[in-house]
Amino acid sequence: MSAPLTDPAALREPLWLRLGGQLRNLAPFVTLIALVVLFSLLSPSFATVGNVSNILQQVSITAIIAVGLTYVILCAEIDLSVASVANAAGILLAFFTLQDASVNIANIPLPGPLAMLLALAGALALGAVTAFGVTWIGIPSFIMTLAMLQIGNGIGALLVRGQIAYNVPDLVVALGSGSIGPVPWIVLVAALVLLVGHLVLTYTRFGRYVYMVGGNREAAEHSGVAVKAVVAGVMMISALCSGIAGMLGVAYFGSAQQNQFDNYLLDAISAVVVGGTSLFGGQGGIGNTIVGVLVLGVLNNGLDHIRMDSFLKILIRGLVLLMALVINVYAQRLRSMRRGVG
Amino acid sequence: MPTDPPLLELRGVSKRFAGVTALDNVDFSLGRGEIHGLVGENGAGKSTLMKIIAGVHSEYEGEMRLDGHPVRLRTPRDARDAGIGMVHQELSIVPALSVAENVMLGRQPLNRLGVISWRRMRDQARAQLRELGIEVDPAAPAGSLPLGLQQMIELARVLLSGARILILDEPTSALSPPEVEKLFALLERLRASGRSVVFISHFLDDVLRISDNVTVFRNGRRVGASPARSISKAWLIERMIGGGHERLEESYTDARTLPPRPSTPAVLEAEGLGVAGLFDGASLRVHAGEVLGIYGFMGSGQLELARALSGKLKLDHGTVRVDGREARLRRGTPGAKRAGIAFVPESRRAMLFAPQPVYRNISISILERINRLLLRPRLEREIAGGHVRRLGVRPARVDLPVGQLSGGNQQKVALARWLTHLPRVLLLSEPTRGMDVGAKDDVVRIVRALRAEGIGIVVVSSEPETVLSLADRILVMRRGVLAREFAGEAVGKDRLLEAA
Ligand SMILES: Nc1ncnc2c1ncn2[C@@H]1O[C@H](COP(=O)(O)OP(=O)(O)OP(=O)(O)O)[C@@H](O)[C@H]1O
Ligand SMILES: [Mg+2]
Repeated sequence: MSAPLTDPAALREPLWLRLGGQLRNLAPFVTLIALVVLFSLLSPSFATVGNVSNILQQVSITAIIAVGLTYVILCAEIDLSVASVANAAGILLAFFTLQDASVNIANIPLPGPLAMLLALAGALALGAVTAFGVTWIGIPSFIMTLAMLQIGNGIGALLVRGQIAYNVPDLVVALGSGSIGPVPWIVLVAALVLLVGHLVLTYTRFGRYVYMVGGNREAAEHSGVAVKAVVAGVMMISALCSGIAGMLGVAYFGSAQQNQFDNYLLDAISAVVVGGTSLFGGQGGIGNTIVGVLVLGVLNNGLDHIRMDSFLKILIRGLVLLMALVINVYAQRLRSMRRGVG
Repeated sequence: MPTDPPLLELRGVSKRFAGVTALDNVDFSLGRGEIHGLVGENGAGKSTLMKIIAGVHSEYEGEMRLDGHPVRLRTPRDARDAGIGMVHQELSIVPALSVAENVMLGRQPLNRLGVISWRRMRDQARAQLRELGIEVDPAAPAGSLPLGLQQMIELARVLLSGARILILDEPTSALSPPEVEKLFALLERLRASGRSVVFISHFLDDVLRISDNVTVFRNGRRVGASPARSISKAWLIERMIGGGHERLEESYTDARTLPPRPSTPAVLEAEGLGVAGLFDGASLRVHAGEVLGIYGFMGSGQLELARALSGKLKLDHGTVRVDGREARLRRGTPGAKRAGIAFVPESRRAMLFAPQPVYRNISISILERINRLLLRPRLEREIAGGHVRRLGVRPARVDLPVGQLSGGNQQKVALARWLTHLPRVLLLSEPTRGMDVGAKDDVVRIVRALRAEGIGIVVVSSEPETVLSLADRILVMRRGVLAREFAGEAVGKDRLLEAA
């Protein structure tokens, strides 16, 4: 009875539809290649080993935050608190480290590893509050994480009170600003986080649930998936990634202070979306995010190399994001077209 | 002698999707004032042909003529402007909008200032729904109504839009018998006023009753066409499946003698279940190796009862025990699953992950059993492949996105999910909705095989045939109350309807 309903001719679906199905993955990749070629032609200093290392270093923190955000967006949720959680974690780390006498904050110096643990625990605690609000209370993640954005900023502000703390544990200094040979440690850490993020998403049950919950929450529920636990899980993962990024960031910047991560919220969301992960959930992945992070990094760095007016640069980044959004939504529409309505 | 060209004519239409020939050189014609029945197995290509007519699919081979003139409809809007309206197989109502807005969607009355006139919209919607014999508050959000009424509202939108060609793709699948009567009365009035209707349904008796002509599809080809007067149900089935149909009419039936009550222990015991406004005081028990049918008209509360048993709907009071242990339904569907209760809901959209491949749709509920930390896609595919073959899902490819299967085949995938590791209690809500005769027969056989394994099965439906062909014991739900039980006696459709 299972006579194959296939014949070779039938595989000849119109080319634009077939490519269209891959639009989500192809467009960011083509963009990346085009940007690299463009900047290499325009500026001799762009395509050098030193500059590649530069770019990678510049995008590392964004990449780590974006891993967590990828989980959240795949689940059809959003996390606006990533940058502020990162900031809070960085400040917590400095708070638990011995500071110079000139820094006048009531800090509690602890051994380095303990300080790191506490900073991570702080980030996770903020994530847990978000998870609780979103799942148990049922506050939409957009609003809940907006509140957490304020709370994270508030905690940071209370701890440093407008001052700048320069000291963090040695290990963090090494990972955040040191390098092994020509390779900065922070790039390796980012690569590791991306790898683990990818493996968990692709090869574990939890990862599969993330896709299923994002693709069709009701169906996931009917299949007996503990939807709330999955959503709580992605919010915690996001907070954890932000915590790691926050600690490394303090070493990377060389100091801990208020609002120093503010740009990373937009950068990380842009990276995920530019990479092609669906804003509607259920499609995309870490691979997309890597490409998205690189597109933004290359654009940023390349515009500097061709001495683009830094005010115009802001506008260009906005336009790139807009284009990515258009492609993202258009790819979704193509998909549902191929699926038909009935 | 020159004859008038038919109102709508398609010649040599073929349509391919990636790897699947959905239509193969099909002819179809529809006359003025004609009700045309269209039948065929799941995946035969019925919906695809109708979507071509309604402008949803614009890429196809072949020709379409309206009033004898060739046309090419590129969008549903084109089709609407040409006087063609379609009710799709899957409900496309906007749940958050009011009943009136849904009925009047796309043709809202404007006042002199060009602003939507809400009062006129409500009045018109109310009047139009009355034509279909339904009384609902036009201001209520459509999503709050029972499924049957939602379907009626969707029908009303298209039927009363003034379109001269009306395409109804399985319009009665969620309707109760009285609602079907109202629909048919309206269709007859529309026919009398010169409108033409294409009526797709798996209820062959209905098709024969309402249609002037019937066309049969099989595997994307037209395999038969005849005036309805001169053919029988058996003729239709034979063309749909091609021989060997005697067995079918036997298993999918509308009258049966129920076996005596079983003496096996109860697997599921529910005591005094209630959800405010939906149902109340519902107590029931299901024995091992027994199929309990719960029948009721659309909106009587039986679907909600099943949903509550599955943990999806929070109970206001009552207890549920599985094998004597209390099931923690407060914990939602994971709690029910842990207690051994599995649920297949009536809506495919609520059950399937359309862009995901078939095998992931099947494995989703057994992931925690077939792996510890890492996924095992090869095993998942293997298990899914077995089910796909056994249930006769077509095309039998586990890597195809499930959204690309026809409606009936999607339903089989949804069922396959629970067949690997048997639950203690299987709740099936409208398990045969949208299935062709052959597939319904498959469901009957699957359910019997599961029953033989000693699990308890609850079948909830508003189709008398479904309950009659599957159940060993039948409860009838009326307005949220379990009103009558049939056990160990002969019942037919008439007695069920009477009790409901
Ligand atoms: N958007 C699509 N993409 C790929 N294949 C499709 C698509 N829509 C339909 N098909 C395939 O075309 C064939 C015909 O499907 P169609 O929906 O027309 O069947 P049907 O006769 O309406 O069946 P049912 O009674 O189950 O609704 C099926 O094999 C189906 O898998
Ligand atoms: Mg169909």
